[in-house]
Amino acid sequence: MKFLSDKAVDRLRQNANAPDLSGTRYQLLERVARGGMGVVYAARDEMLDRRVALKVLDVPVADGDLACRLNREARVLARLEHPGIVPVHDVGTLADGRVFYTMKFVEGQRLDKHIEAVISLPDRLRLFLRICDAVAFAHARGVLHRDLKPANVMVGAFGEVLVMDWGLAKMLRGPSTGVLEEDPDATILQAPKASDSPADATQATQVTGQGTVLGTPGYMSPEQASGDIANVDERSDIFSLGAVLRFLCTPPAREANQSHAWRHDKALEAICAKAVETNSSNRYISVSDLSADVSRYLDGLPVSARKETIFDKAVRFYRRYTVAILLIAAYLVMRILLLIFSHR
Amino acid sequence: MAGDRFPVTRWSVIDAVKSEDPAEQVRALDTLFAAYWKPVYKYVRLRWNQPAEDAQDLTQGFFAEVLERDLLAKYDLAKSKLRTYLRLCVDSFVMNQEKAARRQKRGGNATHVALDFQGAEGELAGTTIDAASIPSPESLEEFFEKEWVRSLFALAVEELRKFCAERERERTFRIFEEYDLSGDPEISYEKLAAEYAIPITDVTNALSWARREFRRIALERLREICASDEEFHREARAVFGSDAA
Repeated sequence: MKFLSDKAVDRLRQNANAPDLSGTRYQLLERVARGGMGVVYAARDEMLDRRVALKVLDVPVADGDLACRLNREARVLARLEHPGIVPVHDVGTLADGRVFYTMKFVEGQRLDKHIEAVISLPDRLRLFLRICDAVAFAHARGVLHRDLKPANVMVGAFGEVLVMDWGLAKMLRGPSTGVLEEDPDATILQAPKASDSPADATQATQVTGQGTVLGTPGYMSPEQASGDIANVDERSDIFSLGAVLRFLCTPPAREANQSHAWRHDKALEAICAKAVETNSSNRYISVSDLSADVSRYLDGLPVSARKETIFDKAVRFYRRYTVAILLIAAYLVMRILLLIFSHR
Repeated sequence: MAGDRFPVTRWSVIDAVKSEDPAEQVRALDTLFAAYWKPVYKYVRLRWNQPAEDAQDLTQGFFAEVLERDLLAKYDLAKSKLRTYLRLCVDSFVMNQEKAARRQKRGGNATHVALDFQGAEGELAGTTIDAASIPSPESLEEFFEKEWVRSLFALAVEELRKFCAERERERTFRIFEEYDLSGDPEISYEKLAAEYAIPITDVTNALSWARREFRRIALERLREICASDEEFHREARAVFGSDAA
């Protein structure tokens, strides 16, 4: 038996795992990322002469569970035509039996990388609102994402925000029939680890095999983590969005000491806290409600997550009309000074 | 569907050793030994710092012990990977043997696989691993996994060679061997096309076919030496897709 050097083993591993695209309209370009169920490659669609992302399963599976799951992911994406959700182009089977689908190739950065360059809190919150738009749309179509986290959001070169990796998505109901489509193989089995660090929490989700799904610690709702599938619904995604919001509200290290830019805001903290309530019935009822509260916060209006005291109202009023208040104050001071000098 | 051409066998060594059929049991054990004897031998040499002759005895003795003590039937897939379980069994076996000072020669139940220890020794000589540099359990596991993947791939390559010979595709195998196995940095599609006087597309088609068959064979062998579908999927990832981008 021939001895294989380390180099030969690496080469075999790399070459044998690359998808064999012969007989398809795609030409393999490079490996891009690893997703939940397989690997994502960049490929060229030779018919349309464009770059696409090609997601392919790790293994050919005769029993079809994983293949079904990848197919389902493609169908979920096909159902969700929204500017904030990456569009799917094609589904097929490679010559080696592996299922694949192609989707738009998004040139940009993952949210967790992108926000390193976004210093303004309002700009970060506006990014968050666009994520909410996409998730609210999916919920309206009866689809739960179940793995929302910064690493699964891409920000394109022109600022477009796309929610990616719908591999763990669950269809709550058919689009027209309203019939429940249960997804028993996507059971969440592993409880989150004690890791609250955003850096740890953005580590990739893993799917280790049929029926065993590991979510992402820190972004997974308690009901998901405990495998309480019956109670996983839109509010589970709201929990994940709350964790994403908290991540976005964490100032970059270089800004952490500049209190004027990143002051601790009770209203924003209340929004995060309500979204990540342990008891799902205490969370926002819908993503639109969460999104509306964040919008109100951005507009300097009261948020539903927090009852204001008079002092809070005054502070908010001051923040909202700072310029006008300062101008009026300046005017009044000048008038008073004029009065004083004119009576002398 | 294309995928139907490559069914993944359901047969697993763990199921087979529990079978009533002795032929099935022998086949299962042969498969297991073929995939594991080299990693075990090299592991004993490095981890336990055993001289070649003693490591050979220990390797033979270990597989005899697997048979005698029915160790595969005791494997619990909920607790660990089969690979890890076997490595720990090797550790335990070697420790016990050291306590007993000398091993007894074992006879009748020994493995049916002819073990090429000389070849394994030559491979070890070619590796630059220093036993002193692999002290932690993690690095030992890593070393054992690396040798296990090498052994699995070598078996698959050998099987692919036979597969090609049966279909009179020796040239395809030679192209695959030269391009993917030789490690020659100068090799190129053009060079191979010129060497075999064929168009470049024939070279790429041959490589594509050989890699697909290699992958299929390797996955089939892997499925056989995994205890469950879940372990198989996990190991397939470890074997083919470890470098998460």
